[in-house]
Amino acid sequence: MAAVQDGQLNLEVEKDIKTEITNDGSGNINASSSSPGSTSSGGKSKSPAGSGEDQQTLLAVLQFLKRNKLTESVDILRREAGLSADADDSPVSESAGAGSGGVPSVGADGGDANSLLSRVSIATPVAPPATAPPKVVAASGGEDQPDVNVVLSAYSQQGDPVLYPLYYNGLKKFIESVLDCHRAELSQVFYPLFVHMYLELVYNNHENEAKQFFEKFSGDQECYYEEDLRILSSMSKKEHMKGNETMLDFRTSKFVLRISRDSYQLLKRHLQERQNNQIWNIIQEHLYIDIFDGMPRSKSQIDAMSGSLAGEGKRDANKAKVFYGLLKEPEIEVPLDDEDEEAENEEGKPKKKKPKKDSMGSKSKKQDPNAPQQTRIPLPELKDSDKLDKIMNMKEATKKIRLGPDNLPSICFYSFLNAYQGLTAVDFTDDSSLIAGGFADSTVRVWSVTPKKLRRVKSAADLSNIDKESDDVLERIMDEKTASESKILYGHSGPVYGISFSPDRNYLLSSSEDGTVRLWSLQTFTCLVGYKGHNYPVWDTQFSPYGYYFISGGHDRVARLWATDHYQPLRMFAGHLADITCTRFHPNSNYVATGSADRTIRLWDVLTGNCVRILTGHKGPIHSLAFSPNGKFMASGATDGRVLLWDVGHGLMVGELKGHTDTIYALKFSRDGEILASGSMDNTVKLWDTLKAFDDVELDDFTAATGHIHLPENSQELLLGTYMTKSTPVIHLHFTRRNLLLAAGAYNP
Amino acid sequence: MAEERRPKQCTVVLPTESMKAMAESIGVGQLQEESCAALSEEVSYRIKDIAQDALKFMHHGKRCKLTTSDIDHALKLKNVEPLYGFQSQEFIPFRFASGGGRELHFYEEKEVDLSDIINTPLPRVPLDVSLKAHWFSIEGVQPAIPENPPPAPKEQQKTESTEPLKAVKPGQEEEGAIQKGQGATSAEAKGKKDGLMRMKPRSTHELSVEQQLYYKEITEACVGSCEAKRAEALQSIATDPGLYQMLPRFSTFISEGVRVNVVQNNLALLIYLMRMVKALMDNPTLYLEKYLHELIPAVVTCIVSKQLCLRPDVDNHWALRDFAARLMAQSCKTFSTTTNNIQSRITKTFTKSWLDDKTQWTTRYGCIAGLSELGPDVIKTLILPRLTVEGARIKAVSDGPVVSNIDKIGADHVQSLLLKHCASVIAKARPLPDNVEQYRADYGYLGPMLCSHVVKARAQAALQAQQVNRTTLTITQPRPTLTVSQSGIGGSGGSRTPSIIKVPSSLTLMSTRPGTPTQPSPPATKYIVMATSSGSSSTQQVLWTAVLLFLFSLKYIHSVLLDSPDIVPVKSLETPTHSRLFIFTIFYIVE
Repeated sequence: MAAVQDGQLNLEVEKDIKTEITNDGSGNINASSSSPGSTSSGGKSKSPAGSGEDQQTLLAVLQFLKRNKLTESVDILRREAGLSADADDSPVSESAGAGSGGVPSVGADGGDANSLLSRVSIATPVAPPATAPPKVVAASGGEDQPDVNVVLSAYSQQGDPVLYPLYYNGLKKFIESVLDCHRAELSQVFYPLFVHMYLELVYNNHENEAKQFFEKFSGDQECYYEEDLRILSSMSKKEHMKGNETMLDFRTSKFVLRISRDSYQLLKRHLQERQNNQIWNIIQEHLYIDIFDGMPRSKSQIDAMSGSLAGEGKRDANKAKVFYGLLKEPEIEVPLDDEDEEAENEEGKPKKKKPKKDSMGSKSKKQDPNAPQQTRIPLPELKDSDKLDKIMNMKEATKKIRLGPDNLPSICFYSFLNAYQGLTAVDFTDDSSLIAGGFADSTVRVWSVTPKKLRRVKSAADLSNIDKESDDVLERIMDEKTASESKILYGHSGPVYGISFSPDRNYLLSSSEDGTVRLWSLQTFTCLVGYKGHNYPVWDTQFSPYGYYFISGGHDRVARLWATDHYQPLRMFAGHLADITCTRFHPNSNYVATGSADRTIRLWDVLTGNCVRILTGHKGPIHSLAFSPNGKFMASGATDGRVLLWDVGHGLMVGELKGHTDTIYALKFSRDGEILASGSMDNTVKLWDTLKAFDDVELDDFTAATGHIHLPENSQELLLGTYMTKSTPVIHLHFTRRNLLLAAGAYNP
Repeated sequence: MAEERRPKQCTVVLPTESMKAMAESIGVGQLQEESCAALSEEVSYRIKDIAQDALKFMHHGKRCKLTTSDIDHALKLKNVEPLYGFQSQEFIPFRFASGGGRELHFYEEKEVDLSDIINTPLPRVPLDVSLKAHWFSIEGVQPAIPENPPPAPKEQQKTESTEPLKAVKPGQEEEGAIQKGQGATSAEAKGKKDGLMRMKPRSTHELSVEQQLYYKEITEACVGSCEAKRAEALQSIATDPGLYQMLPRFSTFISEGVRVNVVQNNLALLIYLMRMVKALMDNPTLYLEKYLHELIPAVVTCIVSKQLCLRPDVDNHWALRDFAARLMAQSCKTFSTTTNNIQSRITKTFTKSWLDDKTQWTTRYGCIAGLSELGPDVIKTLILPRLTVEGARIKAVSDGPVVSNIDKIGADHVQSLLLKHCASVIAKARPLPDNVEQYRADYGYLGPMLCSHVVKARAQAALQAQQVNRTTLTITQPRPTLTVSQSGIGGSGGSRTPSIIKVPSSLTLMSTRPGTPTQPSPPATKYIVMATSSGSSSTQQVLWTAVLLFLFSLKYIHSVLLDSPDIVPVKSLETPTHSRLFIFTIFYIVE
C-alpha cells in the first residue's frame, strides 16, 4: 500500500507540474483508500505510517531533484530535513518491499487471507513469492524510470501467459454454475480481473497473448465499461503503460467490490480448491472486497451502483455524518414597502403584520438539527448591500409561484446567436439581472438582461471630484459614457470552461483551459486576480452561496477551495481518479460536491478537507450537479444521459431519471425544490417531479444501513414535460426568485 | 453495437506502408520491417491517446464536433507543441476519389492567386455574438413561434393524417405525453385522457391571435401590390416551421382564390397564388398530403383553363401555364404514391382533353406543357406519336385563312412548346443521322423544324459532355500517382494494401518525376494515405485516420491533425466522408 502511494507520488513529482498533489494530496488519498475504519478520522489523525510517509515524500522529492541535477537544492533540502546522504538511495526498494508485504488486508477476512496467500506462495513455484520481484524491478529499472516500475511492479509476478485465458475461463464457468442469487454478485469480479490480467500480460511483454485475451473476453464485460476498454485496447505494449493515466488509476487504486459474505465464501472456496493462485493474487492485490452480511444483491441493484472507474464506494466511505441542513438566516427587519402598505391599509389593519410574519416565519425557525453550527466555517459578514439584497429576495419570494405537476414553470430561453459553436459556459446572477458567457475564444462576456445598462466606475481622477456626501454617490461614481448592454472581459488565453457570479453580483469568476481561475470586478470590468495553481485546464469553478470562498476543479484531478483574498488555495481535495468535471457548493457552504470523469461524485467537508461521500452509479463522466434548496438531496447528470438523485444525508442513490439521449450539462432545482429541470445536448429541457421522486423512496433502516436500494422504474411518471429547442443545446438552467425557469444555449444552425 | 465494434479496437493500427513512405520522405531509405511495425504501433497508440484527450475538450466545449483546436489543446496537455495553422471552425473538407480499386481521400488545396485576394473586396465582418430571449414554454405549453421547433413535426403530421386512429390508442401513452408537452390543444389532451374508443380526433383549427394576425398579414402581402412584401411573405411561407396549424386555411385560401380569379380572368392574382403553392411545397416542415385535394385542382386549373386573362392575345398567360405545369410535375414527383396515383390520374386528364378535337389552343398548350413536364418517358410515349396529327393541325391554322389572331398565336406557342420538349427527347432516342426527309416522313409538318432542333440539341449535348469529361479528368487526375506510389514502395503494388503517396505540394504536379528519390523535403509536405479494400468485409472495417506526431530516428516531431472515427463517437462526425478518411497532412519542423 505504502509503496503504491509512494510510487504515485514520485511519478507525480516526476511529471513536475502536478507536484502540489503530492504534498497536500497524500493526506486525502490516504483518507479515502487506506484501511477501513480510519476514514472518518481521515486527514486529521495521522495514521501510524504517517511520519514514515512524510519522509518518503521527502525522499521522492530528493530523487527528483537529483535526477534533474539540482545538486544544490538536494544539499539544502537534505540539510534541512536532517537526512543522511545515503538515506535516499534505498527508499524505493524499501518501500516497495514494505508495500507488497502489507498488501493483504481484506476487511474482516484479513488474517484469513494472509495465511492463504502465504500458503499459496509456498505451494506453487510457478508464481514467485510476492515479496521478491518488486525489489528486483526497482533495482534493475532504477536508472530509467524507477517510479513507474514500482507502480507496475506488482505485475511482474507472472504465470504462464498461455494459462491466463484458462484461468479466466475456469472462473467464468464456475460463476456461471453457481446459484442465481450469487451469480450477479460474483460477476462483478470479471471486469477488474479482466483488466488486471490484461495489464499483467501486457506488462510482461506477452503482446499477442494479451491481444488474444482481450479479443476473447472483452465482449463479456458490461457495456458501460466500453470507454475504459477502449483505452485498454490501445495499450498493447509495456512502453505505453508509462505515463498512461488510466493505467495508473487501475493500478494505484483498488477496485472496490461489494459482495455478500456467502458469495465471497463461495468464491474463496472455489479458488482454494482449484489452487487458482493467479486469480487469487489479483484479487488480493488489486481488489478491495467489501463484505457485508445479508442477502446477496440482485443484478439490477449492482448495476445501479457500478460503473465507476474504481468500483463502488466503500460502505464506510459514506458513513461520516454530513450536516446537510441549512444555516439559519440572519434576522433582518423587513421594512414594509409603501405600495404594500397602501394595499393593506385598504383591506384593513389586521393584515399589516402578516407579511412580516410570513417572510420571517420560515427563517426564524429553530436551528435545523441537521444543520452545521453557524460558525463551523467562518463566513463573511453581511454588508448593508447584502442585507438590501436579502430583503429584495424575500419580497420576490413572496410573489413566487408554487410549482407542481399541475403548475409547470414558464421557460424563457436565452439563445446565443452567432456564437459559432464557441459558447462553453453560462451563468446567471441569482436575481437574474445579468448573464455571463464564457467562450472558446478566451473571452468572457457579460450581458444585462434588465433595462439597467452595464456601467463602469469612473476613473480615479474623476472619482476624486465627486461629492462624497451626496445621497446619490453610488450613482455618481458610475461613468454614463460606458453604459452598454454587454461588456467583454479579456484576459484568459484559452477557452473559458467555467463561470460563476458572486452572490453579491460584484464579482465574476472564470476558469479556463490556460490553468487559471480569474476574478473579475463587475464594477470596473477588469480582472482583479488570476489564481494560479491548477496548471492544467480548469473545467469548472463556483462561488460559495455566501460569497468569499470558491471552488475549482480541473484536469489535474484536484479540487481546490480558495478564498478570494488568498493567492493560495485553502484546501485541496484530492482523491478523484480522473478529471474533475464539475464542482458545486452545498447550500450551507460547508460542503463541496465534485463530479469527475472517473464517474464518481465526491462530497468534501470544507472544514476538515475530508471526503465524506463517494457516490457511484453513473456510467459516464459527470457534467452537472445540483443541490436541492433544502440541502438534503443532490442531482447529477452525466454523458450517459441519465440523471441520478442522491440523498446526501444517507449517501444513497434514491432515484434515476431516464429520458435524455445525450450529455446533461444543466441541472437545477426550482426554488422550493419541487421540480428539477434538466438540460441536455440533445436539445431538450425536461422537467421532473422531484417531490414525487423523493416520496416514492422508502428508506427503512435496512436499506439505509446497507445502501442496497431498489430503484423504482418510474422515470416516465416523474417526467412532467419535454421541450425541444430548434437546434440549441441547453447548457445552463436557472430558476428566478419567482420560479420562472431561464435556459441558455448557443444556437447551432 | 458496442459488441460489434469492440473486437476491432485492438487491431486498428496504421499500416506499415505508411511508416515506410513517411520515412522515405524524410530521407530514411531502408527502414526495417520490424521498425516499421514497431513505429506504426507506437504512433497509433499516441494518436489514440491524443484523440482521447481531445474528446475531453470537445465535451467541455459543449460541442459534438471535434475540432482541430481540441487536438491542439490535447497536445498542449501532453507538453507537445500544438499544430499551428489548422484553425478551422468546421471540419476540413476532405474530398473523396476512387479508382483502380483504391479509395482515396484528399484535402483539396486550391492554388490561390494572391493578387486575386488583394483585389477582392473585403468580406463582411462576421456578426458578433448576441443574446436573444424567447418564450420556450408558457406554463408548460410551448408557444408556436418561429424560435421554437414546429409544434407538430412532419412525421407526426403524417401519422395524424394517415392513421388518425393510431394516435389515440391507449398503448401510445408516451406519445401522448410528448404531445401534451409540446402543446397539443387542450381538447386533444382531454380526448386522450378519456382513453375511450375514438373515431378520429376532432381536429381543432383554432388559431391564436398572433397566428390570425400572421395569417392576415401573409395573405395580404401575397396578393397585395408590393413586390418586396410579397417576396418576404413567400419566404416566410417557404421557411417557417410553425405553419402547420394554418395550413388548412392557406389551402382553402388558394383554392378559393383560384376559383374566383379564373372567372374574373385576373392573371396577376393567379400567378401570386401559384407562387404561394410553390412556397408551401418548398417548406420542409409541412406535410401537404392532406391538402392536395384542394391544391391540385387549383394548379390544374391554372394549367388548362381556357382563358386566364382578359386579353389572351397580349397577356403572357403562357408563362403561368408553364409555371403551374412545373408545379404539377413537382407535386407528382413528391406526392405520387401507389395509393393515390396522382401522376397517372393527372396524365389521363391531360391526355383526354388534348385528344379532344374541340379543345381550344390555350387548353391544348396547357395539356402539352403539363405532360411534357412529367419527364421524357411521358413525352416519348404520349407526345411523340401524336406529333404528326398535331403538326397537321398547326399547319391548318398557319396556312389556312386567318380566322382569329388568338388561334394563330396559340398554334405558334404550341408549336414552339412541342419543338422545345420533343427535340431533346428525340436527340437521345433517335439514332444518327438526322435526315430532314426522314423526319418529315416520321413527324409530318413539324419534321423539318424538329430536325434542326435535334441537330442543335445534339451539338449542345456534345459540348456538355466534353465539359463533363473535363471535370472527370480533374477528378481522376490522382490516378497517375497511384502507379508512382506503387513503384516507389515496391512490392506492395499488387497486394491491395493501404499505401501512402507523397504529393509534392500541389496536385497538378503529381505526375512529374515518378521515381524521384525522397529527400529531406521542404517544410510542407503532404501525404496522402491510401487504403484499399481487400474485400468487401474489410471495407467495413473501421480504419482511422489521424494526425500524427511522429518521431523518427531523427528527433523531429511532426505533428498533425487528426480525426478518428474509431475513437470519436460516431455522432461527433457529421459528414459521411469523414467516416473513412485517410489523409493526414504532416508538417514537420526542420531542425
